[in-house]
Amino acid sequence: MSPLKHHVATEDRVPGLASERHPPRPKPLLAIEHLTKHFPLKGGLFGRTSAVVQAVDDVSFVVERGETLGIVGESGCGKSTTARLLMHLIKPDRGSIVFDGQTVGVPEGLSQRELHRQMQMVFQDSYASLNPRLPVAMSIAFGPFVHGLGRTAALLRAADLLNAVGLEPALFADRYPHELSGGQRQRINVARALALEPRIVILDEAVSALDKSVEAQVLNLLADLKVRFDLTYIFISHDLNVVRYISDRVMVMYLGKVVEIGPVDRVYRDPQHPYTRALLSAMPSMDPRRRTRQAPLSGDPPNPVRPPSGCRFRTRCPLAEAICEQAPPALLASDTARAVACHMHVPASGHTQAATPGAE
Amino acid sequence: MEDSAALAADPTTALKRAQQGKSYWRRVWERLREDKVTLAVIGVLVMLLIMVVFAPWFTMHDPYAGSVLRRLKPVGTPGHWLGTDEVGRDLWSRMVYGGRLSLLAGVVPVFLALLIGGFLGILAGYAGGLLNSAVMRLTDVLYAFPSILLAIAITGILGAGLQNTILALTISFIPPVIRISESVTTQVRNLDFVEAARASGARRLTIMRYHILNNVLGPILVYATSLISICIILAAGLSFLGLGVTPPSAEWGLMLNNLRQGIWASPLVAALPGVMIFITSMCFNLMSDGLRQAMDVRL
Repeated sequence: MSPLKHHVATEDRVPGLASERHPPRPKPLLAIEHLTKHFPLKGGLFGRTSAVVQAVDDVSFVVERGETLGIVGESGCGKSTTARLLMHLIKPDRGSIVFDGQTVGVPEGLSQRELHRQMQMVFQDSYASLNPRLPVAMSIAFGPFVHGLGRTAALLRAADLLNAVGLEPALFADRYPHELSGGQRQRINVARALALEPRIVILDEAVSALDKSVEAQVLNLLADLKVRFDLTYIFISHDLNVVRYISDRVMVMYLGKVVEIGPVDRVYRDPQHPYTRALLSAMPSMDPRRRTRQAPLSGDPPNPVRPPSGCRFRTRCPLAEAICEQAPPALLASDTARAVACHMHVPASGHTQAATPGAE
Repeated sequence: MEDSAALAADPTTALKRAQQGKSYWRRVWERLREDKVTLAVIGVLVMLLIMVVFAPWFTMHDPYAGSVLRRLKPVGTPGHWLGTDEVGRDLWSRMVYGGRLSLLAGVVPVFLALLIGGFLGILAGYAGGLLNSAVMRLTDVLYAFPSILLAIAITGILGAGLQNTILALTISFIPPVIRISESVTTQVRNLDFVEAARASGARRLTIMRYHILNNVLGPILVYATSLISICIILAAGLSFLGLGVTPPSAEWGLMLNNLRQGIWASPLVAALPGVMIFITSMCFNLMSDGLRQAMDVRL
């Protein structure tokens, strides 16, 4: 139980993990605007598009230098699609990704290849994300090798990285993925992601498949590496405790939209969007006297092929009113650090709980 | 594990081993060495191959010289220890020489189908999209015919003969090889490590070379070896039907057909070519099973 307790407790954070103070608003490291991806569903004899899954719809956010941005949400809310869009593993339909002032994928901006040097990703399935027929050192060395480093130099870098993730190169370099445990494999995946010396690492459910004690070890390793290599993390998870432990800010997604974003402590203490509230109240409490007695939400998320009109959450929202059906709420900054997409927080939106201008 | 302390000081040995990547094949070989059945089966096939290639050294009689006087002699006849066939030719000689054509017709089509079908299948699987649809729908058209019917139809059009048999069998084995290659490649292509390789900025051909091929060739090769046994039987079947090798050539399927008439006079002799077909195809089948087990990395 102790490792679990260790990483759940927010008080004893690993130093450097949560950078409490941000320098006075320099340009963000990564700025995403209006990112949209709709997957066509092909059907019929000639592959006509019969429907469209709105996997990610008009998502905008920024990632600051050196922070850890957590992304949470139910399965199918577009977290992983967002990650793959950021990596340009799938092409966005619309929207721009600006990395350190340079737009990605435009002729005078950052090339995709250059983006991959700066941004890397760790996948959830530690086994599937390693080539079963390559010794792990070769998997790590592949990226540098592709980017023009000599074979020997690339392998030496792999050995350094194995050391950095706590695996003795002499023992592990020539092993195959099936000869390693899940935690060791995920360390290899982290080492592979670091091989190109990126500035941002996307962790897509990177610790979700590990058991709790190993998960805690890998989380601590990630925290150490972040300080050591001056990294910025985008941490995707459905585990709210882990996100709270590791993130500086958290972004909540629902059905392909961002519903709320803000500093993790403030969002967890005072969630403003009804969905965030429901999500957080679904977190099991360690205290049996404070157990959740009512299901915070009922039903499944609606089909992303035909999302509800207006606010996408309205079908499950206990506070939905007529206005929620008519117009989608914009993601509005409620103060300098936070933003929420809910009509209740838009002044004069027409929602009865919205602040009316002039009042207060 | 005792030398781990010594190794810990110097990672270069491990790095070198990783770079060479030989340990995979060494491990396959080690596993194969413990598999007595597969080893025995490979031994039988090698012996058969040697006998067939150096046929004159193993036979005393001309396989084509017959004699009306010694037709259908039983097994154990002095001078003809396996007896003689319906026109008095030495059966042992014909069995050995017959193996030449039977093995040729059993292995060459599979090899050609492996080259052509493997190339098309891997290409279709990796490229996806329109190319995949084009290749796979064409394959479906060929697939609609059972391979024996397809082979019969093709030799029926082209006429009998060894070349046409090989051609017909090649064509009828291309679709299954394409299908297997395509599905294996598609499966591998969608695994996370290929996506990770793309995320490292590697070009398509580099990914193909380092990440796709080494995961795909093994299963395709194993599947192809399992086709050899079917191919031998099909080749024999075509000859039996008179669509394959033409008389007086020695070929197991053709011999079976010719000896059929003497089955009442000398049943054992008549069955012998069939026994050879059975043994050979069985051996190829067992070898393919053994290979698949030895090459499974997860074991």
